Amino acid sequence: METSATLMQELQQLANNVINGDKRSIARAITLIENNGEKAQRLIALLYPHTGKTHIVGITGPGGSGKSTLIEKIISELRRRGKTVGVVATDPSSPFTGGAFLGDRIRMQKFTTDDDVFIRSMATRNVPGGIAKATREAVMVLDAAGKDVVIVETVGAGQAEVDIIKVAHTVVVVFAPGLGDEIQAIKAGIMEIADIFVVNKADLENANKAVTDIKASLELNTKEKAWKPPVLQTIALTGEGIEQLVNEIFQHKTFLEKGAGISKRRKKVETELVEAIKDKVADLIIEKLRKKKGFNELVEKILNRKIDPYSAATKLVSELTFNQKED
Amino acid sequence: MSSERKIRVLIAKPGLDSHDRGAKIVARALRDAGMEVIYTGLRQTPEQIVETVLQEDVDVLGLSILSGAHMALFPRIMELMQKKGLTDVLVFAGGIIPDEDVPHIKKMGIKEVFGPGTPLETIIEFVRKNAPRRI
Repeated sequence: METSATLMQELQQLANNVINGDKRSIARAITLIENNGEKAQRLIALLYPHTGKTHIVGITGPGGSGKSTLIEKIISELRRRGKTVGVVATDPSSPFTGGAFLGDRIRMQKFTTDDDVFIRSMATRNVPGGIAKATREAVMVLDAAGKDVVIVETVGAGQAEVDIIKVAHTVVVVFAPGLGDEIQAIKAGIMEIADIFVVNKADLENANKAVTDIKASLELNTKEKAWKPPVLQTIALTGEGIEQLVNEIFQHKTFLEKGAGISKRRKKVETELVEAIKDKVADLIIEKLRKKKGFNELVEKILNRKIDPYSAATKLVSELTFNQKED
Repeated sequence: MSSERKIRVLIAKPGLDSHDRGAKIVARALRDAGMEVIYTGLRQTPEQIVETVLQEDVDVLGLSILSGAHMALFPRIMELMQKKGLTDVLVFAGGIIPDEDVPHIKKMGIKEVFGPGTPLETIIEFVRKNAPRRI
């Protein structure tokens, strides 16, 4: 990678401004990350030591279940509690033209002029999984900027769009009544990733049935889990049930901060490292790298914020090339 | 994936005006032309619009207005854009805007005004040609 002193200075300045919470710089940083691999990596290396303080909440569920409207009300409740908020909202890119219509923000425009809220729309750019490739890094930018809570909204999700679990600490899966058949359809994927279930539009007929269906499905879990996902009812339009939802989000945060949650956090950091390696080498090589002694040491270092996952990946990959020459 | 930068566009509806068929059609056309288009929804204040331009870091801002309040709202929007240092954003307007207002609007820094009946191709071409090439 070529390094020019001016470029590094520029990036350092940008990173400093992001850390100070400057909105224009946050916006520019996210654009950079979406568009330019090499510069983005350098920027992340600068920001990473300042991350790890935010609680990341993923909101997923079928299209039309009310995710965006729910998020607007969650922001409102978080602001009432004095929390600063970042949002990364994802909508799909067209596989045909590459274009996208990003409409999640419409429901949240009320908070656009709130200095302690930052909302960014993102297109998937045809990456499967329900979130964009740059989502994780965009969250890092908002984390470094000091947001207390960052909310990640996925595209309308069906079965396989479960990548949110790799990014969020707390995953909220939102359903709406009358999507009964869809609940059947999504049982294999989305049902397994929820830390909290929400049946939104609870004023509609069949809301209770949806709750019963989810609870019944949870009963079938054979493995005893330390965290039992609550099943809540909300009416996002009126704000009903939102306070309880936010309570549960913080309950889950507390849960993660002790006991069983610590291994989950470690696991998440490990995932970050693996994803970073994937950016550099083919999947085949990843298994080989995993077996290296250095892998576990680096996860430890990332946990301690001594190094960021991208720098760690570069280190592992360069070692591999060296060893091949020796063979 | 591709390293080519996507053109990001904000389509905004300033003021008390619920007529957004035109805005949606333009948004859809730009989407189909391969751009990433964000729509603000109805009844936005100049402050909301400019703050959205800033947070979304768009290259292009399209203002749609049919209420007749353009000579009150556009200057305020352009003034705020200046104030926030968003001078490299391409701004265009569309809707019901009398011919005699157009020179004044262009003087504010709004590059083009598209009236009813403008072919979508014209707007797409205009955006492609004039969108700033920022990193």
